[in-house]
Amino acid sequence: MTIRVSRRRALQGAGALAVAAATLKAPAIAQNAPIRIGSVATLEGPFATGGQDAYRAMEMLFQAENMTIGGRRIEWIRESSNAQADVALARARKLIEQDNVDFIIGPLSGAEGIALKDYSATLNGKTIINGGSGAADTTLRNPSRNFFRFNTDGTQWMAGLGTYVRRTLNVSEVTVVAGDYAFPYAQVFGFSLEFCRLGGKANYLWAPLGTTDFASQIAQIPRSSGALVVVHGGTDGLAFMTQYAQAGGSLPLIGGSIMADATMMSARGPHRRLMVGMVSGGPVADVIDDPQWNDFVARYKRMPGAFPSPSIHAVNFATNTMAAILALKQVNGDLSGGQAAFQRALQGLKFKAPTGAEVSLDHNRHAISDVFLNRIEERNGQPTTVAFQRATQINQTLGVPEAQFLALGAPSRNNPGCVAAS
Amino acid sequence: MIAWLQSRAGRWTAGGFAFLLVLPAILPELMPANQANFWLGNIFGRAIVFGIIAMSLTFLATYGGFVSLAQMSVAGVAGYVVAITVNGAAPSIVGGLTYVTAIPLGIVAAVLAALFVGVVSVRTRDIYLLMITLALAMGFFRFVETNIAWFNGYEGIRNVLGPTVFGLPFRDPHVIYYVSLLLAATLYGGVLYLVRSPFGLVLQGIRDNPRRIAALGYNVALHRVAAFGVAGFIAGCGGVMMTIYNIGISPGSVGLGATINVLIMSVIGGLGHPIGAFIGSLIFAFFDTFAATIYDRNRFNTLIGIVFLVIVLVSPDGVIGLAKRSYAYLKAKSAPQRWDKPT
Amino acid sequence: MTLQLTLTILLNGLTLAALYFIVASGFSLIFGLMRTVNMAHGSLYMVGAYVGYAVFEPLYDQDVWYAWYVGLVAGMAVAAVLGVAMQKTVLGWMQGQELRQALVTIGISIIVADQLLANFGATSRQFFAPDAIFGASFVPGVGRYPTFRLFQIGVAIAVGIGLWLLLNRTKVGLMIRAGVDDRDILSACGVNVPVVNIVVFALGAALAGLGGVIGATAQPLAQGVDGRFLLISLVVVIVGGMGSITGTAIGAILVGLAEQVGQALFPTYSVILTFVIMVVVLALRPQGIMGRAR
Repeated sequence: MTIRVSRRRALQGAGALAVAAATLKAPAIAQNAPIRIGSVATLEGPFATGGQDAYRAMEMLFQAENMTIGGRRIEWIRESSNAQADVALARARKLIEQDNVDFIIGPLSGAEGIALKDYSATLNGKTIINGGSGAADTTLRNPSRNFFRFNTDGTQWMAGLGTYVRRTLNVSEVTVVAGDYAFPYAQVFGFSLEFCRLGGKANYLWAPLGTTDFASQIAQIPRSSGALVVVHGGTDGLAFMTQYAQAGGSLPLIGGSIMADATMMSARGPHRRLMVGMVSGGPVADVIDDPQWNDFVARYKRMPGAFPSPSIHAVNFATNTMAAILALKQVNGDLSGGQAAFQRALQGLKFKAPTGAEVSLDHNRHAISDVFLNRIEERNGQPTTVAFQRATQINQTLGVPEAQFLALGAPSRNNPGCVAAS
Repeated sequence: MIAWLQSRAGRWTAGGFAFLLVLPAILPELMPANQANFWLGNIFGRAIVFGIIAMSLTFLATYGGFVSLAQMSVAGVAGYVVAITVNGAAPSIVGGLTYVTAIPLGIVAAVLAALFVGVVSVRTRDIYLLMITLALAMGFFRFVETNIAWFNGYEGIRNVLGPTVFGLPFRDPHVIYYVSLLLAATLYGGVLYLVRSPFGLVLQGIRDNPRRIAALGYNVALHRVAAFGVAGFIAGCGGVMMTIYNIGISPGSVGLGATINVLIMSVIGGLGHPIGAFIGSLIFAFFDTFAATIYDRNRFNTLIGIVFLVIVLVSPDGVIGLAKRSYAYLKAKSAPQRWDKPT
Repeated sequence: MTLQLTLTILLNGLTLAALYFIVASGFSLIFGLMRTVNMAHGSLYMVGAYVGYAVFEPLYDQDVWYAWYVGLVAGMAVAAVLGVAMQKTVLGWMQGQELRQALVTIGISIIVADQLLANFGATSRQFFAPDAIFGASFVPGVGRYPTFRLFQIGVAIAVGIGLWLLLNRTKVGLMIRAGVDDRDILSACGVNVPVVNIVVFALGAALAGLGGVIGATAQPLAQGVDGRFLLISLVVVIVGGMGSITGTAIGAILVGLAEQVGQALFPTYSVILTFVIMVVVLALRPQGIMGRAR
């Protein structure tokens, strides 16, 4: 009995939904209705600084458009997660279903990105544009047609670094210390792929996420290592570097992309001394010799509470927001027709990111763009990342044909990408 | 059954259930259709799903006197087992099973995990039990967060879409709503039935005086562990629903925050009756969703923390207790007026 | 694994255990007398560390040598004041309702963590130890070893001896021990039990603050450390035995060693080792290694 009731209700509801969907389409075409943009970034927990900075950059870009595109006002609804996938999902659902936003820009971290990608696949006529999340599988495996990402991922960020260490620094053996989870895996994979292909030897020491005491791991670094590749993020990175400094470590340092980020560099501590001279790869640096970047930084600095230089999250969110604004302009703010024109415009974009890097999308709707090799220098008493080399138009598979790249398998602790050239 | 339906509690329960059954037809009258769907799936549906998990805690607390913080982990065990074994999940860890086999497997695993918690904490109670279950919960969280081979670490396992029900995808808010409602109603009825059974009476006896029950010849430890098993079954059902609702599971779903949230739901609703879990869960879902609108989004935790604190300080039996007392107060106030009337 | 590496790892475990002991001893002390499970103990750690840092930073910028010590005292003082405030305003009048107290302190810890985020932001922070205890020292069999970690052991031993003297050689200690055994008789003897409670709470909270500053010098201070150190305190006290200082020391050593050895031998599963120890202890001795049977 109850089952029959529920089924009837469900069918009735589904019918009501269809009617409602038909009636809802009308106001969406109206040119004067506002464009509703939702965003999800991390404003709680350990990544909160990055989320705040991301919103700072987004606000700056929307303000530059006077909050209007194609004659339609922009209504920006900000939500916050805590870097947990299910919280990001709850926020995205609220934005799409309750607030009825046209598209979402976000989220910030890897697990959240994969959760929102899966959610976007269940949507019709709605779009999710990534914020700052950098897990490869958000777009590489099982991509969603409604999910677009204009920032590069963790593997891409290491392009050129392995070659630099092997060729320029002439180091034949390195030790990689990295977090034992997907984001560092992707970066280590990118590094090892180049480094080992050139005959380099790599030792790996993995530490679980949230490790705070690295003393025993530091004691295990082989003496034969010519350099130390540190792929930790945030607090883990700070803990590692401080303890490495305290233990009197002195190997040349190579950093993952978020090791040399503004959020890490603005933290004070003994690690700073050690980090001067560190070479790292990434989508951004404090100093990039590019007019587009200098202009962006100058505008960013006028925002209240800005860092001396925009963080990696601010730049990634800004790149994706720029893409959204450009595509909206191309379609003159018209999001009708299930956003088909808007999504086509996104797919076809070719523009310069805040860093001056040219961005376009591949067939998985993932960015092909430039990444930088950076060195940390003391400037005005502040450690500053300075881009000294640029690897141009790096795609998600680092130039390896996609089928071949996928055949290497997903990056993991057992698959760090260290395949010697055959 | 008939007698129960004629009692006040029975009338309320039946009325409430009938209301919830027709709610999907009422909501579109009150708000635009897309919002109605949102309220159905993501306020009420979500409240029922998490209410089931909270009810497993309320069941243990109300009838056994055990405030176990491991219930979210037990739910997580079920969710993870489904995500690990079912076809279509990404990444595929084991895979190969359909939902028809994966879901019972998940629930069995949850019951086993709950029995384990029960055995480990069998000789403790009150705050000791609270501490031990919290430590176990955090151990489970840290394990799934750091283990890649089975749990895919921090990223968790995604794309658990759920089965189709009568040809409708599980993602339809009506399906989520009705499946969780019927599941919750069945479990709720089961709990009310169980606590009147000999097992439930012994359990309540243990809560009030374990020595006397032991002296009567009952095996106290066995009853306690069995109670954890029952709660594990409830939490496991909730965990499966939660995983499908979230299209997957990741360590954040079983972390300290999630664990405490279940406690908050139970306590706000009231640790005196299983219905409190659902009331608390609904209040929580509402606050969680609309904190940005009614208060500063960034300070949501302060808001919910204050609500929680006030409830614990003012009304330890939660909203139910508050309602009961106001009812009694109003009755007491109106009663003399009747007597004042000249006869 | 070489002998040197083994010794280093063992020493790492002991120095980590020292930090855990400092934090958990306050938790154990409060629990021992009042049966209050202070779920906000991690919050006291975090408040001590953040406030200590706020005091420390401007002094450090002026390059005064005592910056760190002032930060330490400030952190302890603020944690003690917050602890006393908790005891006086809410916990005091529900003495004996242990579960309700635990719930209240959970509520407080949620609010405190969020307010710390609001006031201090999410940037990781770290104290710099004074020059005298920074850098590396020579340890026989190990080689160069961070001085501050050795200093941690010194602080832990001082705390342990201090607590032992307090409990066994002073009048307050006598009252505390009597209170552990029978609060009602103690009260009947004319001892003002609420005042003893406040003293103990202040002391326990100050130890959390001390742990906070020491911990934030050894490891970064970030959002979430409150939960971590609450959990460590719980496990240490469950393993060592509730309310026993010796038990806390044993528990801290077991947990510290397990963490470091586990990390060196099997990093992916190291997390579990701690909890395996806990479960085994609970199975064999539910009251903890040094706990008295209830």
